[in-house]
Amino acid sequence: MRFRLTEDQRALRDGVRGMLARRFGSERLRAAVSRPALDRALWRELGDAGFFALRLPEADGGVGLGLPEAVLAFEEAGRVLLPGPLVATHLAAGSVPGAASGETVVAAVDGGLVEWLAEADVVRGDASGAVPLRSVDPLTPLHQVAGVPGAGVPDPVAALLTAAEQLGTATRACELAVQHARTREQFGQPIGAFQAVKHLCAELLVRVEMARVAVYAAAVTADPADIAAARLLADEAAVRGARDCLQVHGGMGFTWEAEVHLLLKRAWVRTRRAGGSTESEQILAEDLLSEAGGQGSCLRR
Amino acid sequence: MDFSDSPQDEEFRARLKEWLAKALPTLPPKPPPDDWPARRAYDLGWQRMLYDAGWAQVHWDASPTERLIFLEETEKAGAPYVGANFVGLLHAGPTIAAEGTPAQRARWLPPILRGEEVWCQGFSEPDAGSDLAALRTRAWRDGDHYVVSGSKIWTSHAEVADWCELLVRTDAEAPRHRGITWLAMPMDAPGVTVRPLRTLAGSAEFAEVFLDEVRVPVAHRVGEENDGWRVTMVTLSFERGTAFVGEVVACRRVLVELAREARRNGRWDDPGVPRRLGRLNAEFRALWRLTQWNVSEAEASGGVPGVGSSVFKLRYSHMRQELYDTAADVLGDGALDLDRPWVLDRLSSLSYTIAAGTSQIQRNIVGERILGLPKGR
Repeated sequence: MRFRLTEDQRALRDGVRGMLARRFGSERLRAAVSRPALDRALWRELGDAGFFALRLPEADGGVGLGLPEAVLAFEEAGRVLLPGPLVATHLAAGSVPGAASGETVVAAVDGGLVEWLAEADVVRGDASGAVPLRSVDPLTPLHQVAGVPGAGVPDPVAALLTAAEQLGTATRACELAVQHARTREQFGQPIGAFQAVKHLCAELLVRVEMARVAVYAAAVTADPADIAAARLLADEAAVRGARDCLQVHGGMGFTWEAEVHLLLKRAWVRTRRAGGSTESEQILAEDLLSEAGGQGSCLRR
Repeated sequence: MDFSDSPQDEEFRARLKEWLAKALPTLPPKPPPDDWPARRAYDLGWQRMLYDAGWAQVHWDASPTERLIFLEETEKAGAPYVGANFVGLLHAGPTIAAEGTPAQRARWLPPILRGEEVWCQGFSEPDAGSDLAALRTRAWRDGDHYVVSGSKIWTSHAEVADWCELLVRTDAEAPRHRGITWLAMPMDAPGVTVRPLRTLAGSAEFAEVFLDEVRVPVAHRVGEENDGWRVTMVTLSFERGTAFVGEVVACRRVLVELAREARRNGRWDDPGVPRRLGRLNAEFRALWRLTQWNVSEAEASGGVPGVGSSVFKLRYSHMRQELYDTAADVLGDGALDLDRPWVLDRLSSLSYTIAAGTSQIQRNIVGERILGLPKGR
């Protein structure tokens, strides 16, 4: 057993982090909020960097890596709140021409919603009669489709990559909260010295670390119950984390200007993807019954 | 990232499982929980079996991964817990191994490994719990002895222990962390009085230990005089390392049994019940992965468990309580019947957010040592 990142995985994560810091830092995020549109140049750069073709075999022009590497890349995307139908385009690489290279932007119908429908070149699923919503997240345009909500089996890889994005956002929420708690002074000391605030930050980290091991483990095993667990814990870490981050920021956290609301709104949007939490809880409950039937598979690996 | 055993670990696991399959059927029947001398004999007997088969030193010498495999496989096979050997194997023993003289190591370590002597811990006091450095039990020199007076509390196995790893104040004037000394005190010394403490679960799991001018030879001091705080910190990191591995495995089994019971008694049809069980499945899967992550990190950093164990302990203690509260939800009226399974476990689970560093102290550790937040004034 060696449950930690390999040198190559660290290098890949650092590479993606560096690229996103250069191309989509805090200023770009703010600019995108005031003028929300898909940045096609950035999208192609992501394609060139292998973001979409990461898991395609090298013979098919891909990078030939696996789910663990994809999860690390999506975690970094989630950390900077990179906008766009990243998961749908990644999943389309290899089957939709141009998706792997970032030339083609692919959206997908997921339950009763489609993200980035108007900007997409290709839409997977039946989006006929789609009606735009006034999306709660300024950086995720949403359409509602008339079809049966929750129809079809959610793609477990979509669920896992969504969890990876949530993990990145949760990590960012923890960092922002701690940064603020260290520097903001009231009553003559940094507010992070007060246990009421310090303990909020500690719980933020606990949820992040639980989500991290769950997401990484699911990427290694690709087991449906592991993916469901990753999903639940990552959703919680991101939503709860963004809420607590907002609380630590006090009044400033409630403003449009602060970055915090963007974390929370994106986290909310992602909780609706790929079946959501009820589906995950069901998978995990059924898993217990199948073990009660005598398989005893829970800790096999 | 990889969960498969290395060839050496695979061999270790196979050899252990093979031995467990042969050894466990030869165990005597489990003693009644309130018969302390019988529990001592049973726990020491198990340690002796481990010693004879070459497993006794696994907590000290094995790699973090081997220790994880040992705890995982012994729990899965239903082997006895470390029990009365806990302090000897996981606190006092490692401290003596790290800080003791050759003579002290030769005197105290072999009997621990062979299952001949039981140790207990005399750290906490009525007025020194979370704030351990506030301890007031005094010791003064009288020739080649220390004379010790004061009282200790929350001492497990005190009634049946041979030795106590004792923290005493030897310099009342020094800054409080610098006036503490670590002593090995024989529990049969004149002046030692043990009074069992009944817990809210109804059983006497701990004791208070009263010390009235107890004479302890200076040769029983481990480390320098007034250096006991540093000496003690060596031990505490052991407690927070892999201490809960077996319990996480056991909690996973309880969860499967709960699902089976809910299905049997109809509680499964309340949609809230399977959802709650499903969430706990996610939690305990992740806690197991967090253990594997911490062990892999310890392996890479030279074996010392780090502050990551505080993250684990915070979530684990909370989820253990959540597990048994969910058990009560599954049991319905049965949750009020002490003879039903899980009801006593629910009561014991209440200690988990308090013992070995309260959740509030753990959050301070996470906030200050991991996140770098300032200490309050």
